[in-house]
Amino acid sequence: MSALLQEMTEKAQRLNIPFSVQLDLTYRCNERCVHCYLDHDDHGEMSTAEIKHLLDEMAEAGVFILTLSGGEIFLRKDFFELLEHARRLMFCVKLKTNAVLIREREAARIRDLGVESVQISIYSHRPEVHDGITLIPGSLKRSVDAIRFLKSQGLKVIIANVLMTQNMQDYPGVRALAADLGVECTLDPTITPMMDGNRSTLELGVDQSTLRQVFRDASLVGEVDEFCAIPAQSGESELESTPCSAGHTACYVSPYGEVFPCVQFPLPTGNVRQQRFVDIWRDSDRMKEVRSIRLKDLTTCPSCTHVGSCTRCPGLAFMEGNMRGPSSQDCEKSFARTGIPSANMLARKQAAANLGHNLVQIRALPNLASAIA
Amino acid sequence: MSRLYMARNPKVAARSLDGEMMIMSGRDSTLFTLNKTATILWQSADGTTPLDEIVEHRICAEFEVEPAEALHDAENLARELASHEILQISEEPIPPRNSVAGESRTGESR
Repeated sequence: MSALLQEMTEKAQRLNIPFSVQLDLTYRCNERCVHCYLDHDDHGEMSTAEIKHLLDEMAEAGVFILTLSGGEIFLRKDFFELLEHARRLMFCVKLKTNAVLIREREAARIRDLGVESVQISIYSHRPEVHDGITLIPGSLKRSVDAIRFLKSQGLKVIIANVLMTQNMQDYPGVRALAADLGVECTLDPTITPMMDGNRSTLELGVDQSTLRQVFRDASLVGEVDEFCAIPAQSGESELESTPCSAGHTACYVSPYGEVFPCVQFPLPTGNVRQQRFVDIWRDSDRMKEVRSIRLKDLTTCPSCTHVGSCTRCPGLAFMEGNMRGPSSQDCEKSFARTGIPSANMLARKQAAANLGHNLVQIRALPNLASAIA
Repeated sequence: MSRLYMARNPKVAARSLDGEMMIMSGRDSTLFTLNKTATILWQSADGTTPLDEIVEHRICAEFEVEPAEALHDAENLARELASHEILQISEEPIPPRNSVAGESRTGESR
């Protein structure tokens, strides 16, 4: 993030302005990715008019960065009408898509409308692996073709690579593919539970040894020694800081008009079909509660070595049962990075040990057993 | 003397944050913030109002400044904004290039 963008984001936080919003236009999708957290049925998406009205409200509220995502955004027949409306309102528009439906004509239209960037999910450079994750034969070729179309229009394209058990050996290949295409590449080892609370997708997450390998890859993290260094003790000012941008300068709106602090934080705070967007942002008790939390208010984390450097996601913590609690996935990442277990991991280990000790105590007492014998 | 016309570049993103105008370049995503004078030029850049009229009615009316000096400074500023592709400038009125450009707003929030 540039210094000026950081400065503007901080100003937005001081002024309580939702600087950045992700709006999912649909949960319908033409791929069936094995790790996806969504169900792909249409439970009553907002209409074209409703979304245009929402965009008007967002512009009025001061939203600057608008990320249009899904589901697959190009399944909305009104997609370009909505995009054109958004650009007329002068949002900085970013798109997230699998790009399967982007051909030369769509790429040219995206360029004409002044989209800032297009993020495309690529899971592997090998069709058998990528298509094995999307469950759509030929999807890698379609997505890579689309990247070429977009690049030929001069657009900024970012490959987003989610790391999971199925593709954990392939990220160097994806990075090489990105370099060959002349685009950026991001790698994310986070697997999100499904929105209905089903946590079965988490089994697809990579193990500690893979995380350790990734975090020691200088081509990904830069200075490995610095990245993996044991963090310095956090001061009071760090503990007074906010956990992340969710609810502070950013939020998420579902295709049904529900507003959440973040796409990965399924705490409903209101619905734009019933209330104005800005009223939910400013006045929702739940949004205010999220906004009130400082690192020092967390249940386990303030005493943790990693508190100042952890990527703890409050949404993942919420899905584990407590928005003020630890996020185990991020504990695992901190451990893989530094080799130091988090306070949460130590507490759980202690709890398990206590449980084991208790179980020994309730076994049949030896002297009683011998007495019986 | 030729007149200068300005139009907002439809490829940029823009929003006013508590009166401070942010503009993101469509060319390379560089972010700019505009000072008061540049914001007036941005807001007034409709492609049809010449710069000297904007200076007379919007800048001289707001700031205590000599009209000739103000016009000279405004021309320099307009050319600088054009060099970053934030504004388009021309010695002829600038017609809208496409539907987004034709109806683009200034990025003002309330």
